[in-house]
Amino acid sequence: MADVSLRNVVKQYDDVVAVASINLEIPNHEFVVLVGPSGCGKSTTLRMIAGLEEITGGEISIDGAVVNDLPPKDRDIAMVFQNYALYPHMTVAENMSFGLKLRKFPKAEIKARVDNAARILDITELLERRPKQLSGGQRQRVAMGRAIVRNPKVFLFDEPLSNLDAKLRVQMRTEIKRVHQKVQTTTVYVTHDQVEAMTLADRVVVMNAGKIEQIGTPNDLYHHPATRFVAGFIGSPAMNFIPATLESNGDALRVRLTDTLAFNVPDSRAARYKPYAGKQVSFGLRPEHITETRGHHNGVGQEFNATLDVVEPMGMETMVYFRINGTEVCGRVEPTAAGEAGAQMPLRANLDHMHLIDPATGLVL
Amino acid sequence: MTSITAAAPAGKRTTVGASLRRNRRWALYTSYFFLILFAIFFLMPPYYMIITAFKTDSEMAQLATNPWLITGGATLDQFRILLRDTDFLIFFKNTVIVTVCVVIITMVVSILAAFALGRMRFWGSSILATGIFLTYLVPDTLLFIPLFQIVKSIGLLNSYWAMVLVYPTLTVPFCTWIMIGYFQSIPKELDEAALIDGASHMQMLLKIFIPVALPGIIAAMIFAFTVSWAAFVYPMAFLYSADQQVLTVGTVTSLIRADVYKWGMLMAGALLAAAPPLVIYAFLMDYYIAGLTSGATKG
Repeated sequence: MADVSLRNVVKQYDDVVAVASINLEIPNHEFVVLVGPSGCGKSTTLRMIAGLEEITGGEISIDGAVVNDLPPKDRDIAMVFQNYALYPHMTVAENMSFGLKLRKFPKAEIKARVDNAARILDITELLERRPKQLSGGQRQRVAMGRAIVRNPKVFLFDEPLSNLDAKLRVQMRTEIKRVHQKVQTTTVYVTHDQVEAMTLADRVVVMNAGKIEQIGTPNDLYHHPATRFVAGFIGSPAMNFIPATLESNGDALRVRLTDTLAFNVPDSRAARYKPYAGKQVSFGLRPEHITETRGHHNGVGQEFNATLDVVEPMGMETMVYFRINGTEVCGRVEPTAAGEAGAQMPLRANLDHMHLIDPATGLVL
Repeated sequence: MTSITAAAPAGKRTTVGASLRRNRRWALYTSYFFLILFAIFFLMPPYYMIITAFKTDSEMAQLATNPWLITGGATLDQFRILLRDTDFLIFFKNTVIVTVCVVIITMVVSILAAFALGRMRFWGSSILATGIFLTYLVPDTLLFIPLFQIVKSIGLLNSYWAMVLVYPTLTVPFCTWIMIGYFQSIPKELDEAALIDGASHMQMLLKIFIPVALPGIIAAMIFAFTVSWAAFVYPMAFLYSADQQVLTVGTVTSLIRADVYKWGMLMAGALLAAAPPLVIYAFLMDYYIAGLTSGATKG
């Protein structure tokens, strides 16, 4: 177990910059998730930590020692791959013990470690089977077992759940979290699924176009996104962004969305937004902060009417879609309160959770 | 009204089903017809070989008898004389030595070459891989002329060890090509997992790649075996004394004297020479097919 640190790490393929000078400190025991759309450099970053990709510039250190030029086997890491990468001709037990055998561990020790890992992952009865005879979820467990037996300083996961069906993915997500709580090994986990990132991570690193957009706890990212990209990427359905103008109204501020619709900025935000008065901004509000009018009396709510385009019942809640000035907006309402598509519905926006984004820089103001 | 609309699609479905079945039946009949036709076509020569090997010389000499049947009683005389009075066993021994050596050399060279070319991407590796395949396209009937000079200059003319040297020029390129395709079909995460597990490149090859690619390796092995067992041009060009000769050329040169053909012994010799490949094919056929097809689709 160890801390991992990346300092000004760069990866360049010919003219293409895959990772542009990133800095990341991962303390011991922490579970860090790298998340972002495909091609954002998250997998490359992970593979550089593993030693499967050479780094073009900067410094990676594990447990205080710089590992830039160390081959993967000397970095004391274990990796779980998206397609499991189990050795097809070996049994589960042989798959798990392969690394230990190469490192010339005594037989008794190998057996003890394999049995222990099998118990943690509940795969004891599969030890003599071959990968072909296992289901996707079982293979994933074996791949994790192969990582656990090595007792490495760092676990690396490269989209380990992408090949599983939705139900199994949720199950294995919990499983991975449980295993981490048990073995406490520093973990770097790569995924493109923001739900996975939110549920698993101690800290989430959101990447985009080879750069780190923001690092923070899941709640941090959700409630205090630093950029429009993070605001839009984290959360499902995604945050609504509506072009607007910030107007001064005496001492108070108003966000004008259309000629007839404007929201008053809560007093708590007024000082922060004051310098931007009169400017074009992007108004951001999450669907759960656009609700039906009854109930929800905490916070500054402002009511307005909307003509519903689409109504999507989800059971415990209903998504309503409508347009403000041509932009599609999603709200999240009580199933009993939802109107029908085409009908008018009074809605309520909770402005305590609003965000304003500078359209030029993409930064949250 | 309801009954009519319900019945119409059902009736349509039965006709579609029936025509599909009829279609399938016709496809089966035609494929059986042609399969049987080809089986007869290809099995005729081996049948003729077997039947002739068990005939007496006198029966063969009588032109009035039916050549497709044994009428004068079966005999093992042809085999007895072949094995006792000719150099057949020497040819057989030479062929076995040459073939075993060639298969071993081919496999070692082409597995290492394929691993390097298919897996350890380096500058020029794909050009090299194509180049290797191109050498296979040069026919041996052309190659034997320059090879004659080479074999002569290293003093191996009229020695079966020359065959051990020259057969790999035919087997290595093709086997390497098969193995490259096979190795490339193995997901790259497998070697990355092995690298992280602490394997060196040699361990990766021996413990992961060779076991996983076994069907491909066996397919390549059968190919190398067949080529060196049945090669004709090279021994014809490079070997001339009986103690160094191999089966293919030896049987023909020693059993055809001017215009006298010892048909019985020729066929008995051919039968014995065909036996080892037949046995090997029978045992490894499944591997051979699996190797060829998976190399083709995945590679």
